[in-house]
Amino acid sequence: MNSPATATSEPGAPAPPADRPPAVRRLPLDVRHLSLIGVLAALAVVGAITKPDEFLAAENLRLVLTQASVIGVVTVGVTFVIIGGGIDLSVGAVVALASVWATTLATQDFGLGGMLLCSVLVGVGCGLVNGLLVAYGPMVPFIATLAMLASARGLALQISDGRTQVVTVDAVLDLGVKDSYVLGVPPIVLVFALVCVLGWLLLNRTTFGRRTVAVGGNPEASRLAGIAVRRQRLLLYLLSGLCCGIAAFMLVILTGSGQNTNGNLYELDAIAAAIIGGTLLSGGRGTILGSVLGVLVFTTITNLFALNNLQTDIQQIAKGAIIVAAVLVQKGRSTP
Amino acid sequence: MPLLTMSGITKSFPGVRALDGVDLDVEEGEVHCLLGQNGAGKSTLIKVLAGAHQPDGGEIAWRGERVRLPTPVSAMRLGIATIYQELDLVEHVSVAENVFLGHEIATRGLVRPRAARARTAELLARLGHPEIDPAALVGSLSAAGAQIVSMARALSHDVRLIVMDEPSAALDPDEVDNLFRIVGDLTADGVAVVYISHRLEEIRRIGDRVSVLKDGRVAARDLPARSTPTDELVARMTGRDARQVFPRRSAQDAPRAEPVLVAEGLARAGEFEPLDLELRPGEIVGLAGLVGSGRSELLETLYGARRPTAGRVLVDGRPLRPGSIPAAVRAGLGLAPEERKSQALLMLESVTRNVSVSSLPRFSRGGWLDRARERAEARSRTRELALSPDDPERPVRTFSGGNQQKAVLARWLLRGCRVLLLDEPTRGVDVGARAELYAVIRRLADSGVCVLLVSSELPEVLGLADRVLVLREGRVVHAAPSHELDEHRVLDLVMESTPE
Repeated sequence: MNSPATATSEPGAPAPPADRPPAVRRLPLDVRHLSLIGVLAALAVVGAITKPDEFLAAENLRLVLTQASVIGVVTVGVTFVIIGGGIDLSVGAVVALASVWATTLATQDFGLGGMLLCSVLVGVGCGLVNGLLVAYGPMVPFIATLAMLASARGLALQISDGRTQVVTVDAVLDLGVKDSYVLGVPPIVLVFALVCVLGWLLLNRTTFGRRTVAVGGNPEASRLAGIAVRRQRLLLYLLSGLCCGIAAFMLVILTGSGQNTNGNLYELDAIAAAIIGGTLLSGGRGTILGSVLGVLVFTTITNLFALNNLQTDIQQIAKGAIIVAAVLVQKGRSTP
Repeated sequence: MPLLTMSGITKSFPGVRALDGVDLDVEEGEVHCLLGQNGAGKSTLIKVLAGAHQPDGGEIAWRGERVRLPTPVSAMRLGIATIYQELDLVEHVSVAENVFLGHEIATRGLVRPRAARARTAELLARLGHPEIDPAALVGSLSAAGAQIVSMARALSHDVRLIVMDEPSAALDPDEVDNLFRIVGDLTADGVAVVYISHRLEEIRRIGDRVSVLKDGRVAARDLPARSTPTDELVARMTGRDARQVFPRRSAQDAPRAEPVLVAEGLARAGEFEPLDLELRPGEIVGLAGLVGSGRSELLETLYGARRPTAGRVLVDGRPLRPGSIPAAVRAGLGLAPEERKSQALLMLESVTRNVSVSSLPRFSRGGWLDRARERAEARSRTRELALSPDDPERPVRTFSGGNQQKAVLARWLLRGCRVLLLDEPTRGVDVGARAELYAVIRRLADSGVCVLLVSSELPEVLGLADRVLVLREGRVVHAAPSHELDEHRVLDLVMESTPE
């Protein structure tokens, strides 16, 4: 990005000797991220010891990344909403609705492009309703998105009639098979990586990101500073809806179908990943990298449990324990 | 034997030595005033006394016996109560429940709300406010009412020492009189009061002894509150001579330029009646009036934070869209609101980001930020205002009140603001830093900005403004150049025909 040198060349702003370049002061990785990376490394060690042949196999690592991709894209959107002082409980249901709508026989007639467009539009449409209710209703985000959770899930059931809608469009199915891999990486994972990079840029390098942080940190001060707070809130829910639409299409590629049970409990996984990644539930602070690490930790745990044939109930307990531990660690650090 | 003796108290936080061997002794029945600039260690000291902070070293003795105060409850058991500046009340709960929060009147685990209400009514009567309903929600009370509740809570314990941290900051003159009457009653009963205030005239009225803190040490102790000259107190606090706090007015006495901001028949039903107002470049106009006289409401209506019920606001002759802050900001208005922390600042963010938040489009192309330019321009504005320490990348919460206010002013300076609306700009700012802020405000005016200043402190309004409007119950009752007014005249105008 901009080198600190440009700052000092600014006329009328002499560089004082006490100035440290900002790059040194704020390392790209903060301690919280390092501890999450530590957890990931520990999990990898556990995997390498318990299942040395299987865990580190390229095929398994691809699987972990692929599984992380869908929920990961959702989490990026949710992270923005939470940093902006809101919450989005509807993401799982919106993923289900978008995946079902994109795989109806009528939509499949339009081929890959039509299905993708449909998925994205459904996501953005749900985001628009959420955003209008929260920003201009105004309704408490928890309630507005809870209502969307129920309605979107219901609509998904109504459209699909509870059946799995199998995709027959080859162009879509091809994106899920090995031939489509780029340098050994599935396209879905590439999309996830792209969303992360764009999300990071949006949060850290644009006015949109700056306003998100401001509105989440102190909505009243933001309003009095001249920020259009309501419009910002609306945009945040649109963004979350967009991410859901993208994630839904990734899921369609991955499963070759659309179902009304897709995205079950994604809202909890996404919020939990953001929180253990250091995003403040009250808004105003959070990072994309932290959320991505949070997603990877959860996905790796799931993978380890599956490889070792452990039940999902134990897995859920472990997840809960990790959330508690991560929040306690953060609390301990933030109080002097 | 003193009631309380604190000796050699030290307390460090990461990077700061907040208290460095502080001694304090308090006698029964005295009003002991604690003076010091923000950051001098007053808050830390009273938090140690309240059991909220643990000292790193030093001793605390209560009636000659050494005690430890590991928790707020242990301080309360001894009879030490603290009324913090930011009142710690639960808004959605009744007055009586707040008063007995944590020590509810109960038999076998069942609370007895009627007994609590009766006892609360007694306490409120003793405090001179029998009109407060013990069943009312605290959120429905005024700031003064909330403070009375906080005091009732202190008295609901068997209290021997009350610490009051800037209790008068949110009060009107007549409420301050009532506060002083309460303090008088308490001390007559032998209760000791530790009183913190930035207003030296209050210390003269009720104080017995003064201790001055500076940089975590005792700079002076045992000063007689009534007879120590103001100059000496200020000098002890700041370490320098602080007479001449108000900057000289600019030479031209009546600015002739066209007004920048004009309000025509502006009104908000129930808050203030139709009024006309003109602000000219280089002019500081003061609004004097009590809390509730409509002064903050007027400021917020000009700024678009409230929608007027009648009239309009024009900037450079063009009407502003009513009720739109972005429109007002685009037209060149800026507001430094009354509650700095909750209404103006992003406390988690750096000063730079607090300064740039209203000017983001300036540093961006297509939404993409040029962060180097953002930093450079924010920095040059904070330099102009002599932000101290000169490190705008630090979180704004680590700065003193005066410097936080500079960050807010720098925000509008950066935006190229032409009309600055200041609501209580020196609240919570210590004496030394005030003079500096006054100079900054005057300098802004001299550079062509028009300033509308609201302040509860009459010396500030009279000393800083060129012209003063006196507001009473939503009406402008007087307007005059400030050199034609004095404090008594304005007080008369402000108070006249008020109920009671």
